[in-house]
Amino acid sequence: MADLIDLTVAEAAARIRSGDVSRDEYFDAYREAAAGDSLNAFLWTAEDAAQADLEGTRTGREQRHGEGPLEGIPVAVKDIFCTEGIPTTAGSRILEGYRPPYTATAVRKLHEAGARVLGKANMDEFAMGSSNENSGYGPVLNPWDSGRVPGGSSGGSAAAVAGGLAPCAIGTDTGGSIRQPAALCGIVGMKPTYGAVSRYGMIAFASSLDQCGPLTRNVTDAALILQAVEGRDGCDSTSLGIEGGISLPSREDLTGLSVGVPKELASEAEGIESGVREVFERTVELIEELGGEVSETELPHAPHGISAYYVLAPAEASANLARFDGVRYGLRVDAGDLTEMYEETRAQGFGAEVKRRIMLGTYALSSGYYEAYYGRAQRVRTKIAEDFSKAFERFDFVVTPTSPTVAFKLGAKTDDPLAMYMNDYCTVPMPLAGIPAISIPAGVAQPDGGGPELPVGFQIAGPAFSDSAMLDAALALEGAIGFRRNGGGGAA
Amino acid sequence: MIEKEQVLHVAKLARLKLNDDEVERMAKELSGILEHVEKISELDLEGVEPTSHVIQLENVLRPDRSRPSWSRDEVLERAPDPAGGSFRVPSPQA
Repeated sequence: MADLIDLTVAEAAARIRSGDVSRDEYFDAYREAAAGDSLNAFLWTAEDAAQADLEGTRTGREQRHGEGPLEGIPVAVKDIFCTEGIPTTAGSRILEGYRPPYTATAVRKLHEAGARVLGKANMDEFAMGSSNENSGYGPVLNPWDSGRVPGGSSGGSAAAVAGGLAPCAIGTDTGGSIRQPAALCGIVGMKPTYGAVSRYGMIAFASSLDQCGPLTRNVTDAALILQAVEGRDGCDSTSLGIEGGISLPSREDLTGLSVGVPKELASEAEGIESGVREVFERTVELIEELGGEVSETELPHAPHGISAYYVLAPAEASANLARFDGVRYGLRVDAGDLTEMYEETRAQGFGAEVKRRIMLGTYALSSGYYEAYYGRAQRVRTKIAEDFSKAFERFDFVVTPTSPTVAFKLGAKTDDPLAMYMNDYCTVPMPLAGIPAISIPAGVAQPDGGGPELPVGFQIAGPAFSDSAMLDAALALEGAIGFRRNGGGGAA
Repeated sequence: MIEKEQVLHVAKLARLKLNDDEVERMAKELSGILEHVEKISELDLEGVEPTSHVIQLENVLRPDRSRPSWSRDEVLERAPDPAGGSFRVPSPQA
């Protein structure tokens, strides 16, 4: 079985198509691995192939035409995606036991491409967190070191892929929730251009930022997944898809590309560990060796990304989460009158971080504070987007470290919300500007103060709708880095 | 600095019941976060348009035709307290 688990998605799909490996043989290898999950990466796993093929659902009964590009590929689906008849909690106790009446478009499209739902991946409650310690169902452990966090909020998706429990996963990224856990677990994670993938059936956190994307072992697999899920959808009027679709990457060098290193998110950024900095600088040199032209640039407003993000995202969340009121679905705590029922249900159903963000967002939108916080943050957002546009007049891409640190210890930042938010320093500016960004594993480094060698992510960001070109550049760089996967779970 | 009274006011707006410990902690934590956020007040944002949507979109239209939705039963079967084909809730003024 171990050899099946070593296959990339592209390799497995090819072997299934050629008849060399059967769909069910491949599925069973992963079902067994996922059933033995010691990382708490899954909140639900398929019992059999029928469940994984959504056979009991409308989506499963819809006609598929022949073999798809992902025929027989099991996918770990972040538990924020609604799956008809399959438990969907968004990592929250308020949705414990909830089985949606419909399936998210991204999951439906994976199904149409031939993929199967292996399981629902653990996550920070309502995608709010950078360590997966905010899950209502216990933290996910990092497969490289079980005493450390996998990152978040798509921590279950990242740990499952890195730990050999799933060949690939989908997650969501609002301020770094795909890229940061991918970096901390040593895998590839991509946030596509806003609008590339439909948000229909993705439980909303901050609607103007949320975007679905792949978490995979390599760049080609990320392209395969994105190719399947992107597209305009009548159920999400903000979805556009990628014109011409996603082409599979093939680039071997970076000749003719110009790459900017924004000093605010690299050399001048505070809090970047020395090991992370070394790996970053080495990777920048590799870009030059591959023929790319590198020079320093600036994104003057990027350092204000965290401030803008932690006003805008909680503000949108406070409105989006108003729907969890104990009336139509999920938890209800009985109380004497209606208002009290709302208040008690939400007090019991939501965890500490979700409450904090609802409070922060409600405050920022409340009378007398709206312009000072929400209004200003929206203007900062415009400035951040303008900075990127200006950089992209001169450069094809900009690059930064993905996360300022390697995976930190469980509990290390849980008492200090602001310290936790600073994990997102290098990843929030991109969703604020709506642009795509990918994190690829670039090497390993020790945390400051010593410890085991842990993966370091390298982030590439490009202009809106440059998704295919970005994957192409990432492929060339991935080849030159030659990252060796580790990560336990028998998947070394 | 956020005072406890403000925390209680916002919690009421957000329909969240907080216990005494939570109120105290929330006052401290929100103050810390807002202190950081307030750095944006130093920026000159005169004349800058606010962004509410990052990708320029024209109006997205679809034909105004009815289509099937979920049945009442399917929706109500997920409700905590369905009754008589509706969602039952406690009285707003007990």
